[in-house]
Amino acid sequence: MLLGPSLILSALLFTIGTAGVLVRRNAIVLFMCIELMLNAVNLTFVALAQVLGVNGQVMVFFVMTVAAAEAAVGLAIILAIFRHTRSVDLKTTNLLQG
Amino acid sequence: MTFPLLAVVAAAAPEAPTGVVQWIWLAVALPLAGFLVNGALALRRPQAKTAVSVIGVGVLLGAFVVAAAAFAELRAHPPEAPLIVQLWRWMPVGFLDIRFAFQVDQLSAVMLLVVTGVGSLIHLFSVGYMHADEGYARFFSYLNLFVAFMLVLVLGASLPVLFVGWEGVGLCSYLLIGFWYAVEANSDAGKKAFLVNRIGDFGVLIAMFMLWWSVRSLDFVTIAERAPLRLAAGGTLVTTITLFLFLGCAGKSAQIPLYVWLPDAMAGPTPVSALIHAATMVTAGVYLVARTNFLFSLAPLSSAVVAGVGAVTALFAASIGLRQYDIKKVLAYSTVSQLGYMFLGVGTGAYVAGIFHLVTHAFFKALLFLGAGSVIHAMHHAYHATHSQQDAQDMRNMGGLRRHMPWTFALMLLATFAIAGVPPLSGFFSKDEILSAAFGRGQTQPIWILFWGMGLLAAAMTAFYMMRLIAMTFLGQNRTGEVERQHLHEAPWVMTGPLLVLGVLSLAGGLLNLPALVGGGAALERWLEPVVAVASRQMPLVMPEGPLEWALVSGAVIVALAGLLVGWRLTLARPIPTAEDAPEEVGFGRVLNRKYYVDELYDALIVRPLVGISRWILWKGIDQGVIDGIGANGSAGFLRGLGWLGSRLQSGQLGFYVVVFVLGAVWILRAVAR
Repeated sequence: MLLGPSLILSALLFTIGTAGVLVRRNAIVLFMCIELMLNAVNLTFVALAQVLGVNGQVMVFFVMTVAAAEAAVGLAIILAIFRHTRSVDLKTTNLLQG
Repeated sequence: MTFPLLAVVAAAAPEAPTGVVQWIWLAVALPLAGFLVNGALALRRPQAKTAVSVIGVGVLLGAFVVAAAAFAELRAHPPEAPLIVQLWRWMPVGFLDIRFAFQVDQLSAVMLLVVTGVGSLIHLFSVGYMHADEGYARFFSYLNLFVAFMLVLVLGASLPVLFVGWEGVGLCSYLLIGFWYAVEANSDAGKKAFLVNRIGDFGVLIAMFMLWWSVRSLDFVTIAERAPLRLAAGGTLVTTITLFLFLGCAGKSAQIPLYVWLPDAMAGPTPVSALIHAATMVTAGVYLVARTNFLFSLAPLSSAVVAGVGAVTALFAASIGLRQYDIKKVLAYSTVSQLGYMFLGVGTGAYVAGIFHLVTHAFFKALLFLGAGSVIHAMHHAYHATHSQQDAQDMRNMGGLRRHMPWTFALMLLATFAIAGVPPLSGFFSKDEILSAAFGRGQTQPIWILFWGMGLLAAAMTAFYMMRLIAMTFLGQNRTGEVERQHLHEAPWVMTGPLLVLGVLSLAGGLLNLPALVGGGAALERWLEPVVAVASRQMPLVMPEGPLEWALVSGAVIVALAGLLVGWRLTLARPIPTAEDAPEEVGFGRVLNRKYYVDELYDALIVRPLVGISRWILWKGIDQGVIDGIGANGSAGFLRGLGWLGSRLQSGQLGFYVVVFVLGAVWILRAVAR
């Protein structure tokens, strides 16, 4: 039932997403990596739902809803940053330092 | 220790006296009212000098009338026990139920008469002496307040009430020493008097605590009843209590080691020196010892200490007086010395002799001070008229004043003979009685022979320095200056009048207590008998009698006359240079002139270490270092540092946040997975 390969794939996706968040400086790419991590988790939920019941699949809908809202807010913030600094490079946005 | 409730209740309700005595509070209320009115005038109408004079002197005369009436009442109907006038409940706290009450008995009646009588004369004198002063109303309000507190002191029926007066007169003394506060030396002298007295007051407080702890009462009558039962005669407790009491007396009455404030107190106006620092306040210590004679007679060691300190002070201060040039300083050291005599008397157990000397000393020393005031008044006017900057109090600038102020000269000469102990003037009788009593006790306790010898030597010195004062001031050639001499004149009658009255009192004061030796009835002795009855039972006096007494008396007279003669001849033996031309003192005279360097010694041993500890340890060390440095600024700095460390985390770099976030997530995961 492809449980093992599904979990391996989602682990790979999550790792790629995490690595992207850690190493990339472009805000859009960073954002996409976060989406990748979210969807890796979704894949895990779906895969495990086959063994443990339907609850996991319900959780996926919640995650997708939150991801959609997060995408809207996140993209708006990135747009605002771009308007302000003419760049989406996160190295330049350090106004909130202590 | 058990405290029967019944005794407390019984002691709390003595029957109220009737007649004049119940109005005794008026004697205090009148001067107090005078203080309030004069104080208000000083603030609102400082130029209303006539009103101030009438009120200031009037209230004193009123108080004197009340005192005289009470005295007459006491004389007509001698009470068996002291009359207690309850005014109000002051501090009812459990067993401690202190009432604000006045005690009228033979001793307080004598003190009342002295304080109000001599006080009235000095107030009258002040009308003339202070007339040109800007602070005239303020002066009289302070003076009235002083008399009110002094009367509380002598009338108080318990130690706390006495202590109110005790502190009050200290306050007035401070206010009046620093009366001309624009000169820093004067306000410094006031502060010195206040601070030195604080040490003594500490002693009185400790004595009060210990008395309450051991006897469970602070009323004089109750203490007198219970002391022989509760306190072992000669025991450590009663000795400690009396020594602490005596510490207070030494402070108030300027005895070694606390005498240093009195000579400086001469910075005040001369009537103040006469009233507070000669006649009344400084004798409060003697009064307190006499008042608590039932305690001192239980403690032979304390009595010996009192007598010893008195004798040493009498000799020590008299020797300093030999070499002073300021006319008031001579009188100040003379006062310290004479107070020493009084303590020698009361320490010997001759309480009546001590009080007798207190009374006669009030007469002749007030006369001497007021006479000196009259001289200074004249000198000041002379120098003022010529705008001279010379010292109006330096005896080297005087001389030959007898031609200019004959009345003052005659009266001061009389007072000098009185203080020197020339018969039949007042000082002769009182001083002789003290010396005889000391000699009498010396028969059984040899140390008193030493005290007697010191007293006799001090008497010789007293005669010497007083005659030196007279010779330098009134005899010989005038040294004031050619132009200034024209302005020297006798004081107005308002000043010489009180001098005259005091002169009569100094002359005839001996009549108060004429000894049996010259056919007298020892009136004061019999009058004060009920007050010192307990003491004379516990510590009986053996007075020398017969040929021995005659020998002692004639010895004392010869010593006094010799002192006077030597003082007169030696002072006028060679011309006296004026203060400006005077050569530097050399040898032992220099040591005496500098008062044995005691002030310097106290400065080095006490004042400087105290200031040093206060500044370098308490202020810079503990306050600035520990409390401000470590406490306030230290804790603030620590938190600021902590905040700075926290703010280093807020780099504003998203990448850094993410790394921390991921590391944190991994760390939590690891913890959960275990």
